[in-house]
Amino acid sequence: MAANLKDGYLDMELLRFTTAGSVDDGKSTLIGRLLYDSKSIFEDQYNAIKQASEQRGETHVNLALLTDGLRAEREQGITIDVAYRYFATPKRKFIIADTPGHVQYTRNMVTGASTANLALILIDARKGVIEQSRRHSFIASLLKIPHLVVCINKMDLVDYSESVFDQIKKDFTNFATKLEVHDIRFIPISALNGDNVVNSSVNMPWYKDGPLLHLLETIHISSDENLVDCRFPVQYVIRPYKDEYHDYRGYAGRVASGIFKKGDKVMVLPSGFSSRIKEIDSFDGPVEEAFSPMSVTILLEDDIDISRGDMIVRENNLPNIGQDFDVMLCWMNEKKLVNGGKYAIKHTSKDARCVIKDIRYKVDIQTLHRDETDSSVGLNDIARVSIRTTQPFFFDRYKNNRITGSIILIDEATNETLGAGMII
Amino acid sequence: MVNYHLNHIKLLEAESVFILREVAAQFERPALLFSGGKDSIVMLHLARKAFWPSAIPFPLMHIDTGHNFVETLVYRDELVEKIGARLIVGSVQESIDKGRAAEETGYNASRNVLQTVTLLDTIEEHKIDVAMGGARRDEEKARAKERFFSHRDEFGQWDPKNQRPELWNLFNGKKRIGEHFRVFPLSNWTEMDVWQYIYHEQIDMPSLYFSHDRDCFVRDGVIYSCSDFMKLKPTEKVENMHIRFRTIGDMTCTGATLSHANSLEDIIEEVAATRVTERGSRIDDKRSEAAMEDRKKEGYF
Repeated sequence: MAANLKDGYLDMELLRFTTAGSVDDGKSTLIGRLLYDSKSIFEDQYNAIKQASEQRGETHVNLALLTDGLRAEREQGITIDVAYRYFATPKRKFIIADTPGHVQYTRNMVTGASTANLALILIDARKGVIEQSRRHSFIASLLKIPHLVVCINKMDLVDYSESVFDQIKKDFTNFATKLEVHDIRFIPISALNGDNVVNSSVNMPWYKDGPLLHLLETIHISSDENLVDCRFPVQYVIRPYKDEYHDYRGYAGRVASGIFKKGDKVMVLPSGFSSRIKEIDSFDGPVEEAFSPMSVTILLEDDIDISRGDMIVRENNLPNIGQDFDVMLCWMNEKKLVNGGKYAIKHTSKDARCVIKDIRYKVDIQTLHRDETDSSVGLNDIARVSIRTTQPFFFDRYKNNRITGSIILIDEATNETLGAGMII
Repeated sequence: MVNYHLNHIKLLEAESVFILREVAAQFERPALLFSGGKDSIVMLHLARKAFWPSAIPFPLMHIDTGHNFVETLVYRDELVEKIGARLIVGSVQESIDKGRAAEETGYNASRNVLQTVTLLDTIEEHKIDVAMGGARRDEEKARAKERFFSHRDEFGQWDPKNQRPELWNLFNGKKRIGEHFRVFPLSNWTEMDVWQYIYHEQIDMPSLYFSHDRDCFVRDGVIYSCSDFMKLKPTEKVENMHIRFRTIGDMTCTGATLSHANSLEDIIEEVAATRVTERGSRIDDKRSEAAMEDRKKEGYF
């Protein structure tokens, strides 16, 4: 056991994925199947939902009840909010952001997608690529989820037909040329019967690429991090005020991207002062280098005035610096976006205010067309807007950097989070 | 070629440290809710890492039901002494004495629900604007819907249907005067992750988590430790059992499991093999299907 602990258990990769689908396409069944077949559902949980299913007069154990955590969700039989589920196999640990298919659809899927490495898109084999599949895929590509896995479900209802699978794959591939997703996989499954979910399907010998779980366990994710552009947003300044650390001034934060090494020549924004990394410190002792997404403390050789909201970068690879930029904005509040309106804005560790200078176009989420005449942006709408901030931001395009390329807008009166933006 | 890759334990640690620092940066008067259970012990360990070599920049807060395991209080006091932290204790007994809360009666009387009153009063008394808790999303279905940064109105209430969306690593801790936040740095950890981390970091744990002999009795299929706080029914009898605790709360609502696990390795092995959730031995959750959600709405941990 002790050997096991050191070799396997403690050294697993973590994969975050999001699932999207509507009520009838078998999403809950698929998640239930993954959890159940990987033995991640405990007996007391299973007994509780079995009992609840019987009470509701349902003939099958309703695995959807596992993910519906709120009273209102169980009463109405719908999922209101993103639910997070956890399971592990001996190879990887998984975090599922399970997002509802109908109510508050865009808002929730965008939220779940923002931290995901991979998106599962479910397609009903009988229906093929429908409008909803396009919407799901569009959002996944908008949020730059690196891997897309298209599960063509209910294969049992189309006689496990290879030609049906091929046709859907072709249709989806045609449509996906419009999206910026580079890694798309297709798997024919039956979530209800377990075909190609955890175990390979005996009903589809023509499909040779292995079941879904195998893909989730092995898909290459370690190159998803941006290790090129060095960005270190200063989150908190550590000053111990103890005798033994008299001159200690540590800049605590999480590496957004890139690799920082002891001795590196760095520049601090917005001051533009240069210095060298004296030490990269942690509770467990100094480290030689820090890479994303490590949380560390950086000490510099020179005494420079640095505070939260500043950014440590490399001189020869600077982010954009400026007060004006465009974002693709997902609106998440019933109160509409106001052209010319002022909002609080958050970006990395920086807080500021901003004004909406222009609503350039709205994306018709059904057709993916741009509508330049429609500037009414309400709940679940996506639009391209121009923003001006009260102070300079240090940012990258979202497609290059999910951390330094994202912002949220906040209502200055109610403090609610209103929208999420990806810098173009 | 160096492998620039963090394993799951290191990733979870980096995420939690980020959250803890974000709390210190965004709020004025944070407190770390410390029960002496494994999750709050891990959270405190992460807080020490987040601000090292500074001392942790907030006090610990213990909501004391008065029905604690002796071992928990000893552990708490030794740890507080060792790391030089400040400890605030909110006493449920005092809330009862002041008439703010009424003691339940009967064999299954518990002070679990009463803690909410004490917790909210203590938060108000010390003008705490954010209380960090060790709750995890995998523990319970209402918790699975919880945000890292969870807003509470001026009555301490949680509104699960109207939560702020939480994206990327942008956490919105803005609030009006009188409102506060609950922050859960361990949201993405599972029970297994917690034990693996404790093992990896070799954190000292209260003896209650390891198997030992104890006088117990069984009620409704749950093994309870004998104590002055629980009255035996005439049909119940005291038995000396070899047990350990998977979770540690108040003595009246914490069930034990029969176990021979007496090292961290044994515990990890046991957790890997077990087929029942840890909340399965928590009687406080069993009162109804939405017991946790209802308590949380009122301001529970």
